[in-house]
Amino acid sequence: MQWETVIGLEIHAQLSTQSKIFSGASTAYGAEPNTQACLVSLGMPGVLPVLNREAVRMAIMFGTAIDAELGRRNVFARKNYFYPDLPKGYQISQFELPIVGPGQVEISVDGESKTIGVTRAHLEEDAGKSLHEDFHGMTGIDLNRAGTPLLEIVSEPDMRSAKEAVAYARKIHQIVRYLGICDGNMQEGSFRCDANVSVKLREHTEFGTRAELKNINSFRFLERAINFEVERQIDLIESGGEVVQETRLYDADKDETRSMRSKEEANDYRYFPDPDLLPVEISDAMIDEVKSALPEMPDMRRNRFESEFELSRQDAESLTASREMADYFETANGIAGDAKLTANWIMGELSAAMNREGKEIVTSPVTAELLGGMVRRIADKTISGKIAKDVFEAMWNGEGAADAIIEAKGLKQITDTGAIEAIVDEVLAANPEQVENYRNAPDDKKGKMIGFFVGQVMKMSKGKANPQQVNQLLREKL
Amino acid sequence: MHEKSVTELAAGLRSGEFSSVELVEHYLGRIERLDGEFNSFITVTAEQAMEQARAADARIAAGDAGPVTGIPIAHKDIYCTNGVKTSCGSRMLDNFTAPYDANVVSRLRDAGAVMLGKTNMDEFAMGSTNESSFYGPVKNPWDTGRVPGGSSGGSAAAVAARLCAAATGTDTGGSIRQPASHCGITGLKPTYGRVSRYGMIAYASSLDQGGPMAQTAEDVALLLQAMAGFDERDSTSSDTPVPDYSATLEDSIDGLKIGLPGEYFDAGLDDNVRKSVEEAVDLYRSLGAEVREISLPNTGLAVASYYVVAPAECSSNLSRYDGVRFGHRCDDPVDLEDLYKRSRSEGFGAEVKRRIMIGTYVLSAGYYDAFYLKAQKIRQLISDDFRKAFEQVDVIMGPASPTTAVALGEMADDPVSMYLSDVYTVMTNMAGLPGISIPVAPVEGMPVGLQITGNYFDEARLLNIAHRFQQNSDWHRLMPEGV
Amino acid sequence: MSFDQSDVEKIAHLARLAVPAGEARALGGDLSRILDLVAQMEQVDTSAVEPMAHPLQMTQRLRDDRVTEENQRELYQSVAPATEKGLYLVPRVIE
Repeated sequence: MQWETVIGLEIHAQLSTQSKIFSGASTAYGAEPNTQACLVSLGMPGVLPVLNREAVRMAIMFGTAIDAELGRRNVFARKNYFYPDLPKGYQISQFELPIVGPGQVEISVDGESKTIGVTRAHLEEDAGKSLHEDFHGMTGIDLNRAGTPLLEIVSEPDMRSAKEAVAYARKIHQIVRYLGICDGNMQEGSFRCDANVSVKLREHTEFGTRAELKNINSFRFLERAINFEVERQIDLIESGGEVVQETRLYDADKDETRSMRSKEEANDYRYFPDPDLLPVEISDAMIDEVKSALPEMPDMRRNRFESEFELSRQDAESLTASREMADYFETANGIAGDAKLTANWIMGELSAAMNREGKEIVTSPVTAELLGGMVRRIADKTISGKIAKDVFEAMWNGEGAADAIIEAKGLKQITDTGAIEAIVDEVLAANPEQVENYRNAPDDKKGKMIGFFVGQVMKMSKGKANPQQVNQLLREKL
Repeated sequence: MHEKSVTELAAGLRSGEFSSVELVEHYLGRIERLDGEFNSFITVTAEQAMEQARAADARIAAGDAGPVTGIPIAHKDIYCTNGVKTSCGSRMLDNFTAPYDANVVSRLRDAGAVMLGKTNMDEFAMGSTNESSFYGPVKNPWDTGRVPGGSSGGSAAAVAARLCAAATGTDTGGSIRQPASHCGITGLKPTYGRVSRYGMIAYASSLDQGGPMAQTAEDVALLLQAMAGFDERDSTSSDTPVPDYSATLEDSIDGLKIGLPGEYFDAGLDDNVRKSVEEAVDLYRSLGAEVREISLPNTGLAVASYYVVAPAECSSNLSRYDGVRFGHRCDDPVDLEDLYKRSRSEGFGAEVKRRIMIGTYVLSAGYYDAFYLKAQKIRQLISDDFRKAFEQVDVIMGPASPTTAVALGEMADDPVSMYLSDVYTVMTNMAGLPGISIPVAPVEGMPVGLQITGNYFDEARLLNIAHRFQQNSDWHRLMPEGV
Repeated sequence: MSFDQSDVEKIAHLARLAVPAGEARALGGDLSRILDLVAQMEQVDTSAVEPMAHPLQMTQRLRDDRVTEENQRELYQSVAPATEKGLYLVPRVIE
């Protein structure tokens, strides 16, 4: 039987506002429990919600970035259910009239482009957190997070493989980070992906019953969870069973999905427009302001890197993976004046160093200015690429800028032909046998053998002789 | 002293005839002596009242007094009062000390009014007889065998018995106007959005509105002046400018166009109440008003649709009472379900539970369109009725209640009858319009209220009309025997 | 319109109210009568009418994104039934 997978993703992005969506309590991460739970966050008797302008603005930014219809008149609705981390016994969300309507994003899987539809995105408030350990059989509730603004982004069920789902999730992740509306930290829970997965036979047009997968906190787990679930559903159907519409938790340790026992059977949320809030009207002025303030989005920036800096699609893609990386590149290149070289250094040495030491591009000791300064010295031949590695290491260790290091350690490349020639002559004189062997060797072996002489010259010049000139002189003299 | 209106008391304070401390002591003494009979107060804040009185006297001496500085008032126990028990008439909040002040409370405090305590009310503002309170029913000072009306029964009774000079109430389906009518005092429900709902424990968010209750329209104007205005903490608060309500009280009402809805004078209205209301309207004629009959065709649907919208909103508003962060919690809950169900069932009384159940039902899957959505549409029809009426007339008059106050226990077991008695008042809330009730000729010794409904933000006109009536009649001066 | 035993149970559960066995019938009766009252709404055709959610034609005001509330945990938890280490305690929740 030929099976087809159908996947839709629901992503909850925590918006990086200073204060909560309906109150002036702080949204800062990591505070002591309930120290950022104001009267409104606690759902105290008599308190009322007031809407945060920045949350609205961020939602519009997202809508604009994905070319979506905007909900010019959108309405907040109450989603009613009981749970200890939901203080009012209802979540203020949006139901019939969301702030962002249908839009789309482009993804690329194995070199193939595909458009994935976004059904809608709406604003809602986050719930608090439950802590289960240390409370002698009780659960402890922390409401600091209750009321933090979320943008719930719902995709069309357009994805047909786990890879596509991951590509889509990464794309949304990239977009919200480019916009600066969400820090996308999946471990801390500021970017949550739930997957709706179903299978159907290729020839059927109707979708199968779907299961909702939750508790996925990395892209890798997303792929695994979906793959597991697809297998599970196929096995189930092939052995005569039926897929049940339910919520399943992904267990990363066991790499499996499990049905959630304690969740409500068919929760009746009794949505109705929240009478404490009025309809939100998005003005032309706000839309214009957002449009003009929108940063260059990833695809546009990638295309520009390809054309303006003549970088390959692959390089451009890597460099624009995050806004911070792209900004870093442009700053460094602005100083260095050599796009390809700068790109190589970023994707090579810098990335390796960051990975080794667990640093991000924004916390790298080698700033864009420092790197740019060094790459310029390679480009203008002050130092060789090889010497640059030492300079890089020194910069990483906080020894200052490239010029200062080159000066202090006397690392300037020797480019004076006379000086190099002198060393070359010395090396050739000191190694008559090898010279003889080289001259007698067949041409196809010469390439390798010249390496010995190059090595000797570099050693004698303490690595500072310009390698190209060394090579050229050796070839002339041998 | 206690027969004096707020206006008269304020004059006395300013002239030095007596001090706020003396006044407050006097009222506190009355409450202690007399309230055992009426049960209008849940909490008396004697110490704080004295403190506030002293502060008020200092302000008066410094020439820094406003119109209500030093005046002893009471707050319906639905308003959060910082550091003071706020029960909403319910066992659910019997142990609740509010950690903040409602906007209404801070405004009146800043104006220098002195809080004597918190008044009794129907539980969570649900009821028309003040018999559903956890703290026992309030008795009507005019006849303690009868109800004072509800849900602001405590505030109405306290003002009627002169246990305070004025009080705050709230009105969702008539809860200021009807008890004012039953207790022979003046009570105003402002336009929706005129008074902030921040700190006013929510019953039905799109209908609730706080307002003043006192002996006279002149007094109500002073209180409203302090209570009204934009509050940034309430998204439904209006920034329509607040006029000087006292400045236009004396305006002539010659040529005033009064509408009498035929639907309000139907068979359900008690004949004697009808007579009193008609007499009152005659007085208005003599003052130069024109009276004509109008129609509010959707009156018959008002109660039905109100009893969908209000329970729906309340069922959601009351979900926060779950025994977790405040309020009543059952002993030794075995699991989460037990915590919720027992805490809520122990904390809420029967009427509240009924309304939560109805509300939950009408919002539930498959019923939303037929009930909630339909009721909101009928709201639009009701508003349209009023809009058309106000094209022809300036204000609309009628009874506040089909009868005078009923006997205690008479309606307690029959929720539907009680709901139907709200027929004259709920329309105003559904449309969000302002309405005032003023005392007219009593029937068999029991007070009757004339209800006057105005257009949006037309409180000044309502107060003017009410004041002119009170300048030409004495019903508002009557006091129950023995108080 | 009638509210039978299973309706009462279902709605009571959604609302997290416990209805003792003896009371369910009376409650069902009360609710049925209230729904009969509500059924009067069917007298009018509202298919062409817009629902009115708010009396005033206002739209939602927006607040500046600023932190205006400070930590008042001690005060707010002074009214709490059960707390420990700053957390609100509830019976263990199994996920």
